[in-house]
Amino acid sequence: MGPSIDVSIALVSVAPFLAALLAPWVKRFTGPLAGWVLAIVPASIFLFLAGFIGPVAENEVVRGGLSWIPAYGIAFSFFIDGLSLLFGLLISGIGVFIVIYSGGYLAGHPHQGRFFAYILMFMGSMLGLVLADNLFTLFLFWELTSITSFLLIGFDHSRQAARRAAYQSLVVTGGGGLVLLAGFILLAVMTGENSLTGLLTTAGLVQQHSFYLPVMLLIVAGAFAKSAQVPLHFWLPNAMEAPTPVSAYLHSATMVKAGVYLLARMSPILGGTGHWFWVLTLFGGVTLLLGGALAVRQTDIKQMLAYTTMGSLGLLVLLIGFGTKEAILGAVLYLCAHSLFKGALFMVAGNLDHGTGTRDITVLGGLREKMSVTFIAAVLAAISMAGLPIALGFFAKEEMYLAMVGGAWPDLLFLAVLVVGNALMMAVGVLIATKPFLGPLRPTPQAPHEVSPALFAGPVVLAVLGLVAGLFTGWLNVHLLDPTGGAIHNGAVDANIHLGLDPANPALWASVVTWALGALLVWRADAVRSALRRAGNAIGWTFDNGFDAFISGLIRSADAITRTLHHGRLEIYMLVLFIALALALYLPMIITGTLPAMPELAPLTFYEWGAILIAVLGLITVLLSVTRLAAIVALGVQGFAVAVIFMLFGAPDLAFTQFMVETLSVIILALVMTKLHLDARDHRMLEERVRDGAVALAVASGFAVMLVAVLGVDLDLSLTELFRATSTPIAHGRNIVNVILVDYRAIDTLGEISVVMAAGLAILAVIRVRFHEGRVPPARPAKSGPGRRRAKA
Amino acid sequence: MEVALAGLIGVFFAVAVYLLLSRSIIRMLLGVVVLGNAVNLMIFTVGRLTVEIPPIVPAGDYLPLEGSANPLPQALILTAIVIGFALFAFLLVLGYRAYQELDADNTDTMRLAEPPEAPRPPLSY
Amino acid sequence: MNTVIFRTVAPGIAALMLVFSVFVLLRGHNEPGGGFIGGLIGASGLAVYGIACGVREARKAMVVHPITIAGFGVFIAAISGLLPLFAEVPFLTGLWWIFELEGREIALSTPLIFDIGVYAAVVGAVSTIALTLESDEEHF
Repeated sequence: MGPSIDVSIALVSVAPFLAALLAPWVKRFTGPLAGWVLAIVPASIFLFLAGFIGPVAENEVVRGGLSWIPAYGIAFSFFIDGLSLLFGLLISGIGVFIVIYSGGYLAGHPHQGRFFAYILMFMGSMLGLVLADNLFTLFLFWELTSITSFLLIGFDHSRQAARRAAYQSLVVTGGGGLVLLAGFILLAVMTGENSLTGLLTTAGLVQQHSFYLPVMLLIVAGAFAKSAQVPLHFWLPNAMEAPTPVSAYLHSATMVKAGVYLLARMSPILGGTGHWFWVLTLFGGVTLLLGGALAVRQTDIKQMLAYTTMGSLGLLVLLIGFGTKEAILGAVLYLCAHSLFKGALFMVAGNLDHGTGTRDITVLGGLREKMSVTFIAAVLAAISMAGLPIALGFFAKEEMYLAMVGGAWPDLLFLAVLVVGNALMMAVGVLIATKPFLGPLRPTPQAPHEVSPALFAGPVVLAVLGLVAGLFTGWLNVHLLDPTGGAIHNGAVDANIHLGLDPANPALWASVVTWALGALLVWRADAVRSALRRAGNAIGWTFDNGFDAFISGLIRSADAITRTLHHGRLEIYMLVLFIALALALYLPMIITGTLPAMPELAPLTFYEWGAILIAVLGLITVLLSVTRLAAIVALGVQGFAVAVIFMLFGAPDLAFTQFMVETLSVIILALVMTKLHLDARDHRMLEERVRDGAVALAVASGFAVMLVAVLGVDLDLSLTELFRATSTPIAHGRNIVNVILVDYRAIDTLGEISVVMAAGLAILAVIRVRFHEGRVPPARPAKSGPGRRRAKA
Repeated sequence: MEVALAGLIGVFFAVAVYLLLSRSIIRMLLGVVVLGNAVNLMIFTVGRLTVEIPPIVPAGDYLPLEGSANPLPQALILTAIVIGFALFAFLLVLGYRAYQELDADNTDTMRLAEPPEAPRPPLSY
Repeated sequence: MNTVIFRTVAPGIAALMLVFSVFVLLRGHNEPGGGFIGGLIGASGLAVYGIACGVREARKAMVVHPITIAGFGVFIAAISGLLPLFAEVPFLTGLWWIFELEGREIALSTPLIFDIGVYAAVVGAVSTIALTLESDEEHF
């Protein structure tokens, strides 16, 4: 493939984002036709990807992409093999009908343009996810799908339930994404590869690595969060707060399958071990049964479909974990079949809502004539969901049963789980396809009416596709199952599905049992539902409640920790700071054993002793003085003593500067103090004084000891020597200190004078703040309303 | 002579920390000034001390006198003194304004930014 | 402090300090002194004038607001750093023009402009601080 293909693969995931930018304008100019116009984008992506079916069937892997962060070997790279092509086709193909459907479903909604933008953004993220080659590109798109899903679930953000559902899905799937990232990083570190194509060549090595178990658990946990496996499943039913096209697209056909995609993708890299087998099959099996049972319990059609989706995801995870050739083929077939029939059924649910004003299955009835097209679509989809012959669902079921029959005990247990789960889901599908349409016509909130072509086009096409696909088994074997199954199984799968009802095939009898059980459940639906409701009420706790408890616990504990640490007492903050400082000074010296010995005092001149003595006297007076004025004067004294010390040790510039600054400090301090009635005395209690004094002595002695230790080490004077040698010949200045300030380190000085100016500006601002409010400052202001003034300031 | 100054710097730090730990704003301000002097003296001492020969090249010569003071710490301290003064002035004005607005010079009673009864975070969605 | 003697001599002292501050600034490259010290001396002169004759008088004498002087100082310091860019050497590299004037060597340089910027910034900022705090009516 030439370079033109390279860029165009990247464009597949970028094009929907560009379309999302334009969507609101398209909506404005084309009005009710916007859905049909925007559907061009996914349709052309679908056609572009369909062009790869031939090459991929011949085991060709197409790569492309752009460099992104070359320093870390992270590229914006994509590749197309059987698995990513299947997902890409499903995402873009179903996307066509979802976009058309949204045009009709949200017709007249004030934010329809925004909705289109979100949906297209999601489509781009999802396409990027399944086409990504680099692990971190995959992660990026993975998180983007979580974010777009958040936006779509919370689309109707004026309702609290929608806000909560959006938040919940973001917390669960976004949190799962972070776990996934940890897994990816660990995987990249341990293999030195961060592209999937590279990792696929290392298959078999990863399993023996000592990090295998943590990597596997992290990646699987991320996938489980996305694909709603128990115990992280609760967000999916709540996500039904989103408009129906979103439920049909994100939460049945595509996004929730991202986890399944990842597990399928990782199957050759991480699979084939006992851990992989048991983790996936156990969680998948539990999710399948729980999803099926909870689906039968519901009366809202969308909720029923949501729980069966959860069950289907469990089924797919179980099959991928099982990992035999037949199981993988069953998973691929079921994946296609499910995307088609579940997408169709969700749109049917939306149509029922649209046409009658309710989605309650116990209320609806007799709509077969009023909504005949929707009825046909529902029946066709349900045939595939029930796995009746010639539908794609039939082959999926046959293939997965074939994987289990004839094995030892765990296989038969899994067969039983599959049969029960399939029967439960079949019952839900049949109920949705029959209950609202057959029997006498029931009164509904709106007069029932058939919906517009935009709304029934999607379900009809998807349902018909799911049914007739079973007629082309030969083509499917070569172009779908072999490349996709091969990518998951990492070896030829030799798919050979064909329509045949052979009574000697035990898989067929498992199907018969499934149908019988499903029919029984449909017949006794009301009794089963009330029994399950009673059981649910008896338990009285759901994972959904658990999430609320977790979040409120999180907020409460964060609040408690903040209140403990940020108690608002300045002196405690300072005390902690200074104790930490003292420890930081002493501990390294104690640990490394570099505490200096007490050095000898060098002889000092009379002047030097005098300056030191004056400084100490000034400091002591500052500490002990009772009146403000005495304290200020003493402060000046210690400052002047410092100036004298600078002078004595050869720093006239410093001495002058210090002298000027001390003078100014004393003046402005005195000026301010005359305006305030402050008390300079110490109000601490004796024990507090002792405590503070001890801390002060610890810090001070720490500094002194450190200083002695530093003085015992040779000083690197090379910089000083450079300045000394070059100051006059090169920088034309004899005062080296000044040359350093204005020449060698001028950029530093520039920063410093900027700081000085900013301080002047800040002081001006702080003094002026209140005058903007036209208030006359009282000598001692009233205590009322600091909050109000602060808010205005 | 460095060791004697190390002792003096210790006294400076002790007084500064003790003043900073008092809750009265005016005493904390004094502590800031003393702390600034302590740090400046410390940088000065770490650059090693020489007696009375400033780092100035005599006129007509190309190199400073042998044994003249280290100019580098002096340059650092010079700007530090001025910035320290600007900081002190800013803190002074801040304390002054806080006193006017809150009628308090004790940090225990200045709880506007972190009130003792802060509202609880919201728990709903 | 508002005595007649103080009020009478203060303008003289202030003027003397300002002249002295410029002297300290200009000799700073070769003798003790420089922009920082000069700036502090200049600002002290203005502060003395403000204490003696009132902030209003001091402001009137300064014509522009002191913070403007500070801003101007930072500005020309930055400009002095930009000039070398025209000579195609890095930011803040010192450029020197040394010429003879009546037998004496006069040196003009970008570090000198820079030091004048430092002087103006310090004079402006410190006199802003001092005059702000001196001002009684607080409307400064």
